[in-house]
Amino acid sequence: MLRSRMNTLPTYLPEDAEAQPPALYPEYRSTGLRAPKQPLVRIPQTLTEVTGPAGDWERLGGPAMADLTRQHRAEPQGQRIILAGRVLDEQGRAVPRTLVEVWQANAAGRYVHARDQWDAPLDPNFTGVGRAVTDEAGRYRFVTVKPGAYPWGNHENAWRPAHIHFSLFGPAFATRLVTQCYFEGDPLIPLDPIAGAVPARARDRMLARFDLSLTQPAWALGYVFDIVLRGRAATPMEA
Amino acid sequence: MPGPVRSLGATPWQTVGPFFHYALPWPGAADLVGGDANLGARPELTPADHFLLQPVENDASGEAIWLEGRIVDGAGEPVPDALVEIWQADPEGRYGGSSFRGLGRAASGDDGSYLFRTLKPGRAPGPGNTLQAAHLAVGVLGRGLLKRLVTRAYFEGDDGLETDPILDLVPAARRSTLLARRVERGRYRFDIVLQGDGETVFFEF
Repeated sequence: MLRSRMNTLPTYLPEDAEAQPPALYPEYRSTGLRAPKQPLVRIPQTLTEVTGPAGDWERLGGPAMADLTRQHRAEPQGQRIILAGRVLDEQGRAVPRTLVEVWQANAAGRYVHARDQWDAPLDPNFTGVGRAVTDEAGRYRFVTVKPGAYPWGNHENAWRPAHIHFSLFGPAFATRLVTQCYFEGDPLIPLDPIAGAVPARARDRMLARFDLSLTQPAWALGYVFDIVLRGRAATPMEA
Repeated sequence: MPGPVRSLGATPWQTVGPFFHYALPWPGAADLVGGDANLGARPELTPADHFLLQPVENDASGEAIWLEGRIVDGAGEPVPDALVEIWQADPEGRYGGSSFRGLGRAASGDDGSYLFRTLKPGRAPGPGNTLQAAHLAVGVLGRGLLKRLVTRAYFEGDDGLETDPILDLVPAARRSTLLARRVERGRYRFDIVLQGDGETVFFEF
């Protein structure tokens, strides 16, 4: 008798704790009342954690918006850049067909958001939202403008370094990642308590690096930002 | 058997910050059934000509339930800038196995409240030969949350709560924080306490 084929699903390595920020980081004041005080409860990964939303991303939120400089009547102000990279797992496997969502401030450091009250100009030609789905090799590519730094109220003379927010799903609920992409060499990074909450050894994994080969002559500077999601554990799950 | 080697370092988590509303919760993101094309989003926080996310219509069939709740911080104050994400099985207990999308997102309101309209999940297999009680996986993102917090919403009065392999790992005194209370038929309430008295149980896995 033929044995019915067993479906297996990958399970995932424990999170690399030495790469991740703690829940409570007093220098980032908003963590004070929002970080849980009880320890996290460790559970085994079940079908709930090793499955995740997939495919049909255009139905959720609309079609790809990979060029943030062409969402309005004219081009936005600022330094045009290409921001591209690959989404991989900790074993270097490409993560294909996963949604990459980005959002950012404009070139003056102002967000198109009612709660951003900083006195810097909005740009009618820039929203700062993008969506892309990775290709078979895990690649994504956005065209945008370099965001500006902006002040915030965390401490005296506090400024957020220029950054672009990234949100990714990966193959499972367990591989979800929301991060921020900074720009190599920005002097504000070492002063920033949000970037600084990440252990020093892992901080440069959040850096986009200038790349001449990605730079398009007489058009846009290229920056590479590769993103690494949790890798697979040795033992798959039968499903 | 040696475990797989990590050849690349994982990208660290960072907070979603307070300004995600024009990027993440698309209109209808909190409605997994269909019927409310705006649920989940907060377009009023973005000038109309800059709100580019498109609404989603669903055509899932089945008996809809409402899941409502409020997110509060360690001072008992509402959290008005959180994003709640759910991932769940379909009514037959299958993940991603049907037209039901299983993914939902809801931005909290100024009063810290959130609301989903979804189908009640069926029971999915657990480790070994166990069967999990029906539940939603819940992720909480927000300003001040450097990493996502993950919890589960089970349903008060359901079958299988006593034998659920995950609830079994939670100290008995704290299990009630994982139970969505039945408000009325088809309506459940699941409050999320980030810190302090009645703090919700959060998981790692």
